[in-house]
Amino acid sequence: MTLDAADLRLNGVLLTCVLALVAGGLLLGEVPLTLAQYAQALADPGSAPGEVLWRIRAPRSVAAAVVGAALGLAGAVMQGLLRNPLADPGVLGVSGGAGLGAAVVIAAGFGAESGVIEGSALIAAVLMGLALTALAARFREPETLILFGVAISSFSGALTSLVFNFAPSPVTLAEVFSWLLGSVANRDWGDIGRGLLPMAIGAGLCAYSARGLVMLSLGEESAAMSGLPMAKLRGAAVAGASLLTGAAVAMAGIVGFVGLAAPHLVRTRAGADPARVLLPSALTGAVLLMGADLAARLIPTDIELKLGVVTALLGAPLFAMIAWRAARSWRG
Amino acid sequence: MSPAFALHEAAVRRGRALVLQQVSVEARAGEVLGVIGANGAGKTTLLRAALGLARLEHGRAELGGEDVRRLDERQRAARAAYLPQERRVGWNLPAWRVASLGAAHLSPLAARERAHAALAKVGLAELAQRGVLDMSGGERGRVLLARLLASHAPLLMADEPGAGLDPDAQLLTLELLRAEAQRGAAVVLTLHDLSLAARACDRLVVLSGGRLVAEGPPRAALSPEVLAQAFGLDGRLEETSAGPVVAARRKDAPRPSPIGDLR
Repeated sequence: MTLDAADLRLNGVLLTCVLALVAGGLLLGEVPLTLAQYAQALADPGSAPGEVLWRIRAPRSVAAAVVGAALGLAGAVMQGLLRNPLADPGVLGVSGGAGLGAAVVIAAGFGAESGVIEGSALIAAVLMGLALTALAARFREPETLILFGVAISSFSGALTSLVFNFAPSPVTLAEVFSWLLGSVANRDWGDIGRGLLPMAIGAGLCAYSARGLVMLSLGEESAAMSGLPMAKLRGAAVAGASLLTGAAVAMAGIVGFVGLAAPHLVRTRAGADPARVLLPSALTGAVLLMGADLAARLIPTDIELKLGVVTALLGAPLFAMIAWRAARSWRG
Repeated sequence: MSPAFALHEAAVRRGRALVLQQVSVEARAGEVLGVIGANGAGKTTLLRAALGLARLEHGRAELGGEDVRRLDERQRAARAAYLPQERRVGWNLPAWRVASLGAAHLSPLAARERAHAALAKVGLAELAQRGVLDMSGGERGRVLLARLLASHAPLLMADEPGAGLDPDAQLLTLELLRAEAQRGAAVVLTLHDLSLAARACDRLVVLSGGRLVAEGPPRAALSPEVLAQAFGLDGRLEETSAGPVVAARRKDAPRPSPIGDLR
């Protein structure tokens, strides 16, 4: 896959937006800092302003960026693999599975221990990803995979409800519920570090699958005769998107719409080629999620807005607008 | 030299039914082989079996003399290219990009050059940048034909390449495939238009109920007996100044027909 000048320009603009939002995330916050305090934070990371900047704001911004990028990339891969503009990272049930993994350990009372929720969510997502990769090798038709995804999602949903059902106390219930709504608040560098490896592997697998996604535009049989190792490429796409989604859910809970909307936003600029959409979708996902997180931080409410709530509230109307424009272009 | 493809005693099962049984057929470099038969006769299944896309219950499929099951994806693509009946394209890719996917083994630049040359052949050079979903069904069909031509494979298999095309584009398609045969490729196509099949193909295989009922040059393969057995038609092949024409009516149609024979 080669990038032409237009791709470079688009990705350059998006990367600039990402960096600007990271800067915004560092500069803006509940506690206003003076210029002198920023200088102090830079000079002495151990000072009080330094703590605010490097231990609260910076990891939160970076977590929003990597989670958004993971979801944007996973969404673009899923849409390409399934040749379906309605596909999102959760379509095959990985988000639901990761959510279940987290819900189980919170309800069992291990939620307070560092890394346990994230680990459990990621393990559940990896197991789902393995099952899906095996299913994708056996069933090539996208419709079949989507149906399996619906079944897996419903089953995880039912098991999560069962966890609610047997939750020992309303406090636990609230804890599980709050986690599932999604947030990148209070994430530390350790949380981000643990998520980066699976995300990097997932992104690598997705990049490898890119040329297969383009070929799948023509249907399974044309792709099968194209000379590309389609079984491997399809497996890489499913495994890669599952890892990205699982790691994103482990880091931030369930955050909707970013993975669905990012590739659509990108297609208006980058064209429809499923390979060319991948990188800008990841960057757009980062921009969307950092924007949503900044909104969650800055909109003055008594209880801070949850990230998943903000993305859905902002994302749904945005998505309706994209659908409106797309429908007009389909009518010609 | 081994045939471009060969099926030996091939049988394919779908569910409980055998949709192809005891079919042996081959195509050689330089010839245009037509596969004809009524709906559900097994034409597409024959093509898919030959390419290793349909599992054989019995028999053997070879591409370029090698058992198709022993070929990896790259070796298979080097021996054959396929235009399936399915004309859907998942995304609104520009025409040149779709055509370039026929030459995925080349560098992006070389594939793009091949794509533009193939689009020029099918008469769509002007529309190379247009999205395939912004085109008519017939234009999209021609873009997909360009993808097949861009492969330069020694065996080209096209499942109803003329479907949905206007008469001129149908004739152009068959001319282009004939030109591929002249450059040394083996061309295998399924067709429903028997007159076009008689005109465009060197040899025809006729399927009925998954079995091969006739094989040979058009005049022999489209005898009145075969037309009756395989298609339920009462008719014959007639020579005209524009080439052979199958004049036929349904066997149980009332006669005389007010519009005469269907030509």
